[in-house]
Amino acid sequence: MDASAGRQGPTTKQRYSIFALAKNALSYHEGWQQAWRSPEPKKAYDVIIVGGGGHGLTTAYYLAKLHGVRNVAVLEKGWIGGGNTGRNTTIIRSGYLWDESIKLYEHALKLWEGMSQELNFNVMFSQRGVINLAHSEHEWREMRRRYEAIRLNGVDIALVLPDEIKKLVPIINIDPTIRYPVKGGILQQRGGTARHDAVAWGYARAADALGVDIIQNCEVTGFERAPEGQIIGVQTTRGFIASNKVGCVPAGHSGVLAEMAGFMLPIQARPLQALVSEPIKPVIDKVVMSNAVHMYISQSDKGELVLGAGTDAYSSYAQRGSPNHPEHLMAATVELYPITSRLRMLRQWGGIVDTCPDASPIISKTPIPGLYFNCGWGTGGFKATPGSGHVFADLIAHDRPNALAAPFSLDRFRTGYLVDEHGAAGVAH
Amino acid sequence: MQLIPCPWCGPRDDAEFHYGAEAHVARPAVPSERSDAEWEAYLYLRRNTKGPFAERWLHTNGCRRWFNVIRDTYTHEIFASYKPGEPMPDIDQLTAKKDA
Ligand SMILES: Cc1cc2nc3c(=O)[nH]c(=O)nc-3n(C[C@H](O)[C@H](O)[C@H](O)COP(=O)(O)OP(=O)(O)OC[C@H]3O[C@@H](n4cnc5c(N)ncnc54)[C@H](O)[C@@H]3O)c2cc1C
Ligand SMILES: [Zn+2]
Repeated sequence: MDASAGRQGPTTKQRYSIFALAKNALSYHEGWQQAWRSPEPKKAYDVIIVGGGGHGLTTAYYLAKLHGVRNVAVLEKGWIGGGNTGRNTTIIRSGYLWDESIKLYEHALKLWEGMSQELNFNVMFSQRGVINLAHSEHEWREMRRRYEAIRLNGVDIALVLPDEIKKLVPIINIDPTIRYPVKGGILQQRGGTARHDAVAWGYARAADALGVDIIQNCEVTGFERAPEGQIIGVQTTRGFIASNKVGCVPAGHSGVLAEMAGFMLPIQARPLQALVSEPIKPVIDKVVMSNAVHMYISQSDKGELVLGAGTDAYSSYAQRGSPNHPEHLMAATVELYPITSRLRMLRQWGGIVDTCPDASPIISKTPIPGLYFNCGWGTGGFKATPGSGHVFADLIAHDRPNALAAPFSLDRFRTGYLVDEHGAAGVAH
Repeated sequence: MQLIPCPWCGPRDDAEFHYGAEAHVARPAVPSERSDAEWEAYLYLRRNTKGPFAERWLHTNGCRRWFNVIRDTYTHEIFASYKPGEPMPDIDQLTAKKDA
């Protein structure tokens, strides 16, 4: 076998620690192992996961770790984490409106709290607190309703008034005469941010150690089915790979893959944009989100302000987005945080998000036996990464959704039992 | 940002428009006789093509009329724009002509 194919089979991983760092420093850092193998695809797997974003990688990890399914491949058309996982503004919280959503996102938040230790990989999870602002009477009333719903689910949340918000976020403008004045907000102190790439890499490394094959530069181009309809494998740019169970986690490309498989989803692909500024001294140690003006802000450890904008109003697979959104975002930013008026922006980018009519995800079986989809996370799925993989692995392993996933099945669009999170998810999340 | 050609007003900035997703999805006749699955298909299930695509637009800040556009959702190239009620042009033929 050629060396570039890497070692086959599970490996014992070098542990990351201060001692490992010191030891490797002595050998000029030339002795570090690769974090995961790059194997050639096998002819067949027990489960194939399509899409090597955070949700796909966590699914593979939990299949191997909790369900004893280790003969798993993750097929990624580009590089792992190169989709929305590596493009998002990393806001993590669980304060949604409906019980179904709060339970699912809170399940994820609890997994975030132990993630770095579990993976032996520093994902830089920072529970700095997330504030959602209300900018009108109506929004403030809706927010107080959401506050009660969150409390009823036993999840931490606090109401904060403008003068308290000013104490927590000194750079904010609470002048009541501005176009979108701050009426109040809710604060989830356990919410925060994490390093997106590290999440993909940490789960890839942990899944690989359990025997999962992570195969990059491998695009799925078709699904093969038995005459009775059951999935028997996928066509890829690296040939046919057989499996009786295929889990698709392709985010923005969900509609494309569903059409390939012969059914339709209630999903629209839309570009969502973000920007980062030049690095400055620490000025804000909370995450602050304003749904009404489509802007959210946090500061990275490097000092850059991370700013999120709105989604384009039409379908597009062009991974950049329209210039009117950053313009709108900057206008809102300068009004709410006047010290940013002369700040320069370093980078702007877009990701294709999979928006769903009720702003909730789809974690579901499909009309095709053996084919499962996990998508529709839209503008706000990063926070759900570990929980999403956890329940999706369970669905694939047992061919039935568990209690957390069941409300998010595809059949809700037939029964009418939608989980409408437009208020809590909005464009910001 | 792109120019959307309204069949009545000509090319205008996309910010003037409202998007209506897949075109030519007919509302079911005799609604009371339709099954839940048919309503699901009409209300929620939409093609989300990557490439040339027939879609609806509403000129909200202009003539306020609906119309259809053939647009490539990946390159944003626009191949045709036509009034409601007019038949959908042959997408393969349109895109081939542009390539030639
Ligand atoms: C600008 C921006 C800001 C955001 N901010 C936040 C935020 O603050 N908080 C939050 O919670 N969420 C946020 N989100 C949403 C969040 O990023 C996503 O919901 C989440 O990361 C989705 O993860 P995923 O693993 O499902 O998708 P992805 O990371 O996109 O992974 C899907 C993968 O599938 C691959 N793929 C697609 N088609 C194929 C194929 N045919 N064959 C093989 N592979 C294929 C893609 O290449 C991709 O790598 C934001 C998104 C964007 C774009
Ligand atoms: Zn017009």
